Order: sequence, then structure tokens, then C-alpha cells
Amino acid sequence: MGNHILVYVDQFKGQVMPASWEGLGAAQILAEKLGDGIAVLVAGEASHAVAEQAFHYGATEVYYSDSPSLSDYRPEPFTDFVVNVAHEQAAEVILFPTTTRGRELAAMSAVDLGAGVMPDVTALEVEDGRLIATRPVYAGKLLAKTYCETGPQIVTLRGRAFKAPEADSAQTGTPIQVDAGVIESDVSTRVLGYTQAEGGVSLGDAGVIVSGGRGVSNNPSLTPPEGMDEKEAEVWRAQQGFKLVGELASVLGGAVGASRAAVDADYVPYENQVGQTGKLVSPDLYIACGISGAIQHQAGMRSSKVIVAINKDPDAPIFKLARFGVVADLYDILPPLTEAFRQRL
Amino acid sequence: MNIVVCIKQVPDSAATVVAEGGQASWGDAPLVMNPWDEYAVETALLQYEAYGGDVTVISVGAEGATEAIKSALAMGCTQAYLVSDPELAAADSRVIAHVLAAAIKKVGDVDLALFGKQAIDSDMGVTAPQTARILGWPVLSLVSVVQELNPDDGTIKVERSIEEGRQVVESKLPAVVTVSKDIADPRYPSFMGIRKAARADIPVWTLADLEVDVPDPLVRWPEVVNPPVREITNEIISGASPDEIAESLADKIIGEKVL
Repeated sequence: MGNHILVYVDQFKGQVMPASWEGLGAAQILAEKLGDGIAVLVAGEASHAVAEQAFHYGATEVYYSDSPSLSDYRPEPFTDFVVNVAHEQAAEVILFPTTTRGRELAAMSAVDLGAGVMPDVTALEVEDGRLIATRPVYAGKLLAKTYCETGPQIVTLRGRAFKAPEADSAQTGTPIQVDAGVIESDVSTRVLGYTQAEGGVSLGDAGVIVSGGRGVSNNPSLTPPEGMDEKEAEVWRAQQGFKLVGELASVLGGAVGASRAAVDADYVPYENQVGQTGKLVSPDLYIACGISGAIQHQAGMRSSKVIVAINKDPDAPIFKLARFGVVADLYDILPPLTEAFRQRL
Repeated sequence: MNIVVCIKQVPDSAATVVAEGGQASWGDAPLVMNPWDEYAVETALLQYEAYGGDVTVISVGAEGATEAIKSALAMGCTQAYLVSDPELAAADSRVIAHVLAAAIKKVGDVDLALFGKQAIDSDMGVTAPQTARILGWPVLSLVSVVQELNPDDGTIKVERSIEEGRQVVESKLPAVVTVSKDIADPRYPSFMGIRKAARADIPVWTLADLEVDVPDPLVRWPEVVNPPVREITNEIISGASPDEIAESLADKIIGEKVL
């Protein structure tokens, strides 16, 4: 019996994207229903250590490659590696995490394998041996039920939609080194450098998100340093507000988010934007501070488990989504709220 | 520089979209250029202003679906084609990628094919890398900065956004590039641009015109449904002072057992 369910583990410099292990959780459910085994794929410089770790999460077999052509992530050689293993294993299902790398590798492998791809899936069922995937469309305003006519069926799994298995260090095995089949002279790209993002929890993986909006700049009692023009003073005010947002996030071990309005006004970088043209998130706790809740913002966060809204305007649409609401100035509430959590957690 | 921008026409992001009879319906909401694609158009125009050449818009869509194309022309793109064919009614992303690859080849001598990150209707985000793979071109995805573009040497150097930070990548041209929203703010169409776009001739290419044998679609989506309605009990927390509100809010949140 082969192992025809492949799970791609996305790692960068030895750090595994958490959604990768969730793929093994989803694969275990499929393996039971399909009577199949699970093979893990991992590539890159530090992939041997990650390959060994994959056995703790329930892999039957692990294929890895740390060939020099794969030392930096580049989509073309990484796709060659995935396609090589998929051919050799006669893959029926390939699961990727929905990360920037996972999504493009899934897309490109599908071309080489003559397969269908179903990205950013939040639920999987099996009917007559075929996967039926649920994927949010229109930024989650609707759900599409989708399937592939023929195999291999390629899926990327949305982060936090599936549960990662508990790691069991008693489960071990020997990873198999494979030839990636890459001819370096055929690759047209070269990675010249890399700069690390400022620390902190990434939005997609965060269990808690505290977000700020336009309202974060509305504190008239703050006096900006002299010599600033009106716009600079507004951004300065907003940054004082985002400090409070950040402090609450840090006490809760969470990430900082923002509305489009806050990003467009240059209060915070685009990386922090939650919403239809930002990141789609579904943390366990989402605290919206000074965010009115435009439909595009709601689309990005409405599937959060518990939503809390703090806003001066009692008519702000965000209150309709909120389990708990506070009609007040965020500048008054955030400092004591941070303190209250500090004492309790 | 010969640049192609691939764009999609979608319902406006403010539209109320609901499922009716297993299909998405957006009432009479306006159809617009996919917001992510506006950043690709802006990037193309900046390079065009620096190096000259052509910026060609390609959009695959239903007959007469030219609203998005007209916006791109109004912004300053130099020519546009609509690819439309009844055979594409059930197309999946791989089929569309084959069509776009054929259209890019038909435009000819293209240095750079630009795409937005994903379309806000289907939220697939796979068409650009698939088109690149079919063309045999490299893909540089989620580019935030074009550091250097050298049409004579046929190279491009970009900063791309990844979860861990920024990666600097150099690539040979031709290449497929998808852009991140922080690359540049899309310009507003000028009055002259809008007038020009309204009168523009937008040729339609069929599959026969592209001389392409597209594969059969493999991905099916028989049904689109409304997400389950969530019952949320709204509770407004009030108190005599901010401290009191904060304490009681913290207790309530902890009571939800999500921390």
C-alpha cells in the first residue's frame, strides 16, 4: 500500500508555518475515510530537522530535499520538487497550507500534474472517495461547495480551520532524501537578500487580534510635538493610539490589526490591514477599537469567535457583530483594560 | 517595455452578495475592476512612464464585460482586449490561465505580465502563478517594490512580501509579477482619460482567435450557499467609570474561555 495523501509542510529557515501541521490533522481524517497513508513533503535548507519532526505529527513517510537549488525559496524549483514526489507517489490528494508559498506551489503543481486546485478551504468531506471542499468566496460573504472531477485533488487549507494533531515525540522515522530534479541553469531567478519583519504574532495565525481604526487618531487631549503640520499631527496622534492597541495585544499574546481607513491614512503599514483587501482572519478573540465596521472590514473578521467593539459612536455597525460592546473613548478604556488583563492572566 | 496587465471585472466590494438558487447574486451593484488589479495597472503605468512602450489590458469575461477594461484605459493603459467565448462559461482557474497565456503570446514580445493578488469574487489567487507556469516564465508574487527594471539586459529586481518579511529577488524577463497593495496608490482616471476610454475600440478575442486548445475544466462548484447565520447576543458593558467598565469587560471576556 502506498501513501497517496501528500501534505506539504511550509518552512522558512527552519521555522514551520503553523498551518502546515494543521494539514496533518486534516490528512489523518482523510486517511481514515479513504483507507490511505500520509506522506509529508518538505524542502529547503533546514528541511531535514523539520522532516524528522513531521513523524511526531503522524506522517507515515517523509520526503525531503535540501539540494542547493532549494536553499532559498523560489517557486519554480520548489514546484519541481513537489511534482516529482507527487508523480512518484501517484498522489491522490495534496494538501498545502494557505500561505503565500503554499498557495502558489499548489497553483503551479496543478498545472504540471493536470489537476484541479481548490485554495483556502475551510472544511473537507469525503463522498464516494472524492473530496468535497468548502471555501469562502466574496471574502466570506458566501461559501462555495467545490470538488475536482479527477485526481490528484490539490487543496490549500485556511489557517486555523483544521486542528493540528498533538505532537508525539515517541513517533519517529527516517526521512527519505529525494532528488528535486532541478537544473539550476534552468531557473531564471536568484534570491539576493531577505529582511525580517518586525517581531510579533502574524495576523493569520493569531488567536487574539486587537485592531485599531480611524478613531484611534481622535484624541484631542494629546499635544503633538511642535513643528508638525496637520497631517503629521494626525499620524502622530494615531501612533499614540496604536501604542495602546499594541500594549493590549501584547498582554493578550495577540497581533495588531487595522482597518483600511487606518492603513490608507498611513497610521500603520499595510501588513496590518484586516478586511476584504487586507487579511481575512478568524481569531478566537477580536477586539475592534475605534473601527466603525464597514462591510469590507466585516468580511475580513466576522468569523472571529468572540468580537468585542469599543467605539464612541453607539450607531457604529460593528456593534451588531459584537458579543460585547463598550460605547466610550478607546483612550479611556484601553489603559485600564490592559491593566485588568495584566492582573488576571 | 511591453507590458500586459491581466484584470478581472467583479461586483463592487461594497455590494451585498447573497446566494440565490445556489448562485451568487449581487443585485444591481456596479461591476468594477477587481480592486487588487488597480495596483497592477498603476505599477504598469509607472514602468510605462519610465521606459515607454505599451501597456495592454487583457480581461477574460462575458460578452460586453468592458467596465473594468474602460477603467484601466481611463487610467492610461494604451490598448485592451476582451477575451470572450461561450466555451469559457464553466472555466476553472487552470483553463483561464491557459487562455491568458495564449492571449499574452498573441500580444507578442511581452516583457512583463502584471496581475493583482487575487480576485475579490472567487478569492482563488492562483491564476497568475498558473499562467506563469504555462508560459514557462518565472513568477514574482506579492511584489511591494520594483527596485530595478532593466529592459536592455532583460532583468528585474523586486522586493516581495512574505509572511516572514521581505525577500529581494532578481529575475530574468519575461516574467509574471503579482503586486501587493503597498506598491503604489492607484491613480484616478483623468477626465480626458475617461472620454478616451468611452470611445475606445475594445477588440474581442475568441478561443479560435487565440488558436488555443484549452483543457477541460476540472474544478466544479455546483453550489454556493449563504454562510450559517450566527446568533450573537449583543451586550453593552457600562459602568460608573472607565476602570469599572474595563474590569467588568475583562471578566466577561475571560468568561468566554477564548484566552
